[in-house]
Amino acid sequence: MLTHSLFFYFFSTITVFSALMVTISKNTVNSVFFLILVFITVSILFIMIGAEFLGMIMLIVYVGAVAVLFLFVVMMLNVTEQIKKTTTRKGFFNNISVGLFVGILIFLELLVVIGGWKYKSTFSLLSKNNLISNLSNTEALGNILYTNYIHLFQIAGIILLVAMIGAITLTFSKRENVKRQNYFDQIERDKSSAVSLVEVESGKGVNLDD
Amino acid sequence: MIEIGLGHYLSLSAIIFAIGIIGVFLNRKNVIIILMSIELMLLAVNINLVSFSIFLQDLTGQVFTMFILTVAAAEAAVGLAIIVIYFKNKGSINVEQISSLKG
Repeated sequence: MLTHSLFFYFFSTITVFSALMVTISKNTVNSVFFLILVFITVSILFIMIGAEFLGMIMLIVYVGAVAVLFLFVVMMLNVTEQIKKTTTRKGFFNNISVGLFVGILIFLELLVVIGGWKYKSTFSLLSKNNLISNLSNTEALGNILYTNYIHLFQIAGIILLVAMIGAITLTFSKRENVKRQNYFDQIERDKSSAVSLVEVESGKGVNLDD
Repeated sequence: MIEIGLGHYLSLSAIIFAIGIIGVFLNRKNVIIILMSIELMLLAVNINLVSFSIFLQDLTGQVFTMFILTVAAAEAAVGLAIIVIYFKNKGSINVEQISSLKG
């Protein structure tokens, strides 16, 4: 139990520190790296607490896809020079005070909620999806995900498809001077438009430009 | 203090959520950091759901965490696509200059 709590404090300290560094870091590339660190430590916490499948999925989805996407966009757009060129400090402290006020207020509200958790009524028996001890985490999750939540699962797939189509159509741009395939022209082409019979006079040859 | 319970995990998620909110307000220069702060807030919600799911012995929270992961990935893809196309059109993603809507 002591080791578990030591590990918890260690990883949560790293998480909070890197979450802070994400927001206050000057260099955007550095904050993306700290974001990756946050994701990795939180997935370690998930694995420690007993949600192994979600921890691994967090690693794959967040670190492998989302954070790399962020890194790619940051490096492609060359944001740092843009900001150095155009930064104005007007209204900066105004924003900081309002932001700190709202953030600390929400944090205190969340602490009140956590403190009030002690006085909960007994509602832990309401659910049907109890953890079954003889199944692994992945197996139990798959059991209820593909039976009780199959429609939500398919809707999640549709959301991903729509996001993919949206991202492609947003960033797709037609370029000039590029020869493209025209599928309809290709399919419509038949013998009458492609082949013609030419009467060749002897000794003159064929003029191909006709 | 030694025994790690539900309250510890909830406090951690509350701290991360507050950091995300403060990050949205603090960064008035860079849209990408605002998107990253939104990712932090989604992560805090995920920690909440998973810790409740473990301590209440109920798998529903983990199922919903998977759906939140899906939505977060979709949101990051579309948001970054919007940022790329905005940068291509205007040549800058400075938040103070994004004022076409006069908001």
